[in-house]
Amino acid sequence: MSMATASRVVLIGGSAGGLQAILTLLPGLSSGLNAAVIIVLHRQSSTDSVLAELLAAKTTLPVHEAEEKEPLLPGAIYIAPGDYHLLVETDHTLSLDYSEKIHFSRPSIDVTFSSAADAFGADTMAILLSGANSDGVEGLAEVHEAGGITMVQDPETAIVDFMPRHALQTVPVDHVAAADAMASFINNFAGVMAG
Amino acid sequence: MLLNDVLEKYGYDFTEYAHASINRRVNHLFQTDRFPSFAEFRYRIISDAGYALRFVEEITVNVTEMFRDPQFYYALRQQVLPVLATYPLIRIWHAGCSTGEEVYSFAILLKEAGLLHKSVIYATDINTSVLEKGRTGIFPLSQMQQYSRNYMEAGGLQDFSSYYTANYEYAKFRQDLGGKIIFSPHNLVTDGSFNEFQLIICRNVLIYFNKTLQDKVLRLFCDSLEPLGFLALGSKESLNFTSVSGQFRQLDGREKIWRKHHL
Repeated sequence: MSMATASRVVLIGGSAGGLQAILTLLPGLSSGLNAAVIIVLHRQSSTDSVLAELLAAKTTLPVHEAEEKEPLLPGAIYIAPGDYHLLVETDHTLSLDYSEKIHFSRPSIDVTFSSAADAFGADTMAILLSGANSDGVEGLAEVHEAGGITMVQDPETAIVDFMPRHALQTVPVDHVAAADAMASFINNFAGVMAG
Repeated sequence: MLLNDVLEKYGYDFTEYAHASINRRVNHLFQTDRFPSFAEFRYRIISDAGYALRFVEEITVNVTEMFRDPQFYYALRQQVLPVLATYPLIRIWHAGCSTGEEVYSFAILLKEAGLLHKSVIYATDINTSVLEKGRTGIFPLSQMQQYSRNYMEAGGLQDFSSYYTANYEYAKFRQDLGGKIIFSPHNLVTDGSFNEFQLIICRNVLIYFNKTLQDKVLRLFCDSLEPLGFLALGSKESLNFTSVSGQFRQLDGREKIWRKHHL
């Protein structure tokens, strides 16, 4: 299973207004992106299949809802399923967890960010988008401590600026960017797969 | 290291649990209980059996609700209960039942199908204190509005509130429901089969195990099912790519319900 798992991971977390930012940044991602992309979006759990279709329409990279124990592959986009926490294992597979909500949220951005920081260390890039919740800020700090790269949506451009502002006040952030400028940071971090 | 201590000293085996989730829970407990160092945390677990019990109870996940995933219960009602109805005695194993909300949900389905009187539900969990709660059949009243909605979506036939009596902030479920449920400790990792069943329900338990342990537990379920028995899993769990997949066929529809082949 270790043959082809991703060596880098890009984490994208958003709450209220986060979906719009994701739809804006996805079309800019390179095909053959040399990192796995994990999206954690707060939402009603009933809208799951619609969400994957919505995102798939905006990128050439394959998009699907994460399944438990599946390996993280480079160039693929994984969506945290509604009503479960999504965790990254040190062997670069995914696991699901139906434990207590964190910051009133399941999936929680903190849970995914924090476990990915443990698993990928400095090979992690974490991005926090628009939202009215403080979920994700602690996880962003853990990514920073692990040597990874942190990016936050420019609050001036966020539909709901609480989450990015809270992150900027609390965590050392490497990049502050509008959604339409994020893809180039991600492409630079990940590079493109050989061949 | 810590998990090995718990295994050697107390026989609880968490070493084949998925790491990320169990690490998170162990660290959370370590922080909540304010140990000055991890070594002291570890020492307390080894030296204090009472605290070791707390450890086991806290690192296992006990989040549950009644009629969770209503369409799953709807499918049980439509596709599984009519088959169970043909047996003179219906034996069901609900493995990893936690505080019992889903067990009472299923008892309500049986009641409404006129099958409860000839059914026995064995409800098991590794955690003895959640079983204690399940036995009482008392759940927070604040949840009932949500549960009632779930019940209706699951095809409920009655007024949901007719199944419990409200007392202050609690709802106590009717005696005739709990009377057919046997709550009993069972550890899926170390304990074997104890009967043959026509239906095994085990939802959101396998997600906490690694692949090896998942396969082992699925073989236990397979061996504990009669031919043509049913196995029902959580909405993100699957028999696909497991060692028992060849012995089951998934029911039509999108629910995670499988039927064992006939020999």
